[in-house]
Amino acid sequence: MLNVLAEFVGELRAAGLPVSMSEHIDAARAMRVIDLADRRALRDSLAATLVKDGDHLPVFYTAFDVFFADRALPPVSDETHDGESPDGDAGSPGPGQSRGDGGGASAPLSAEQLADLLFRALRDGDQSALNRGARAAVARYAGMEPGRPVGGTYYLYRTLRSLELDRLEARLTDGRAAEDDQLAKRLARDEARARIEGLKRAVERAIRERLVEDRGSSALAKSVRKPLPEDLDVMHANREELAQLERALRPLSRKLATRLARRRRRRRRGPVDLRHTVRRSLSTGGVPLDLRFKPPRPAKPEIVVIADVSGSVASFARFTLHLVHAISSQFSKVRSFVFVDGLDEVTDYFDGVDDPAVAVARINAEADVVAFDGHSDYGRALLSFHERFAKDVTRRTTVLILGDGRNNYHQAHAEVVADLASRARNVFWLNPEPASYWNSGDSIIDQYAPYCDRVVECRTLRQLEAFVGGLS
Amino acid sequence: MTSLDPRQELAKRLGLEHLPPVHFESAADVRARLAKNEYLSDDAIASVAFLADRLAKPVLVEGPAGTGKTALAKAVADAVGARLVRLQCYEGLDESKALYEWNYRKQLLRIQAGRSESEAQESWSELEEDIFSSEFLLTRPLLEAISATDPVVLLIDEVDRVELETEALLLEILSEYQVSIPELGTVRAQQIPMVFLTSNNTRELSEALKRRCLYLYIGYPDVERERDIILARVPGISTALAEQIAQVVRSLRTLDLKKSPSVSETLDWARTLVILGREEIGAEETVATLHILLKYQSDIERATKEILGHAVSLA
Repeated sequence: MLNVLAEFVGELRAAGLPVSMSEHIDAARAMRVIDLADRRALRDSLAATLVKDGDHLPVFYTAFDVFFADRALPPVSDETHDGESPDGDAGSPGPGQSRGDGGGASAPLSAEQLADLLFRALRDGDQSALNRGARAAVARYAGMEPGRPVGGTYYLYRTLRSLELDRLEARLTDGRAAEDDQLAKRLARDEARARIEGLKRAVERAIRERLVEDRGSSALAKSVRKPLPEDLDVMHANREELAQLERALRPLSRKLATRLARRRRRRRRGPVDLRHTVRRSLSTGGVPLDLRFKPPRPAKPEIVVIADVSGSVASFARFTLHLVHAISSQFSKVRSFVFVDGLDEVTDYFDGVDDPAVAVARINAEADVVAFDGHSDYGRALLSFHERFAKDVTRRTTVLILGDGRNNYHQAHAEVVADLASRARNVFWLNPEPASYWNSGDSIIDQYAPYCDRVVECRTLRQLEAFVGGLS
Repeated sequence: MTSLDPRQELAKRLGLEHLPPVHFESAADVRARLAKNEYLSDDAIASVAFLADRLAKPVLVEGPAGTGKTALAKAVADAVGARLVRLQCYEGLDESKALYEWNYRKQLLRIQAGRSESEAQESWSELEEDIFSSEFLLTRPLLEAISATDPVVLLIDEVDRVELETEALLLEILSEYQVSIPELGTVRAQQIPMVFLTSNNTRELSEALKRRCLYLYIGYPDVERERDIILARVPGISTALAEQIAQVVRSLRTLDLKKSPSVSETLDWARTLVILGREEIGAEETVATLHILLKYQSDIERATKEILGHAVSLA
């Protein structure tokens, strides 16, 4: 059992979760006092000892499900918590209608039968019927090919598309839709959606079971390994991952703001506050034992963000603008400019908006950034910035330029950056491309680099956070 | 395996004569006993509380505000019949407020009293020994919990509010169950207290702190559990109404609000509806009482719009 645990810890580390030695030991101790046959208890105990961050739990759960799917734990009774029995009947041969796969003996369900089965299971909240239906659906629609090293996202998509979830939802809310009370309608809809979410999870589980059966859990673990949200590559994130990043950004910016505010307050004490000190000294007989200080007022930097928002780096620019504005209270002023081949100031978009995400969405729709052909032109954009706003760049300004430096073979106009650098406190260039790609193809980052204080690789939220955290 | 059970190991280190009894038999036992104290746990909560007892480790509870983190510590204290010692954390908390403080006024008095009474009779070393004895020590929550002889549950509330440096104060207590006082020596725990730390996750806690704790994340409950919580905590409510309330709250939580309604706000709302004598709720009543669930005007407007299907100007 200890070996299994060590292997599992290795798997978690491979997935990016930091697991320390003492946490490993705690997990081993926990395993001695719990009922190992109880898969749920095992999962919760391992989670409590090995994972110390709520955001990491989803990654942990996936890893756990896959890793222990075909591990012969000391006899696992056919448990039924929430119907979660990842290995259910994997061992028994041809369990009839519960599988209905190609090689099975029983006749597969017809499409209508299947839809009906799922509908009834969802309506009655019957978890075991739902699992049965999900397995049948996977067998019928996923079109799985044995041996392919995939994580199953594609199979999930195919299965769900064939199940026509919209129609299922409509059927579930049927009869309630007639009610005129808006609230009741809404509740019925949300209930239906929650149940369909349950179906999605059941299908996902069914697919994973089949994949484990096909290739074994260690091989599968590699393909389903998901990076933590803060390690996702922003430039190449797909839609789902972008949504994940979006969710991760909010708590991140809140934490960052608290950290910066706290640091500012603590950093260096101000001059001695005589009044306060004398008052304190009364309780020690007039001896000023306890010096009091006035709070310091360190200067907050001004930030100017100049962001390339052309297709390839748009999401990176969005996240950075969002983050910088979310913590704008830590800077004395934040001004934002976006460009493709034309430049537009977008600072106003953030005024009086509670949620920076709203403003960022408006930038995408409204900012006037295309002057010619809609291909990034750093040289032209920087020239135009210099012409119009260079006088606003002072010794207190930190300039952030965001972009991959892929200039589509236009002129670089690096002298503009040089002039900005001489006026500003700092000029930083954030590049969302891996450093190894810099200066390949039409990337001319090296022409700008000598004039920047630093060119920073910023591919993930973690890197972005670290950089922005060091700004103020 | 030759290593000692963690509880035995700790008891040995603390020099306890006999091993204090465990509080819980199993995770199921935790659940049942918490339920008796009107705290409805789930599998994860029960498992972690059980492990905390068996492994003699503190629990770090994280999650959104108002999901029952503090209530968990209280319920556990009630369930095991222990006294709850609570340390509310805030920015600027220091060791004189968290651990102990020398009562220097009393010390001054002692010195002056000694001087007038029996001049030169007392040597300085005697005096020093005297004024740095436990008589002149003001115990603060952490020391109080450690030195208690009766069973205690220590709750360190909102630990994310203290500065990173202050966090270090907790480390000795969390791993060794002892407090070192330079003038006095080390105060070791007389028993093994259960320790809960709560955090609203406004900042990252230090690795050192996290490593010493078991971790429990309490999120918003699902509809069934929330309904059961309402039924348990709000007397005189019908199952149907509780179910409806839980559903409304779930719908509200799917909206992108500044502050989602917490469980405690849900309970407030349920109580209000019971006092108002409602048996079921419609859109109108919900909107009229939304201010109990939501605390931001923009959130209320948004939810109103969603519930009624159109915008309403709130007078």
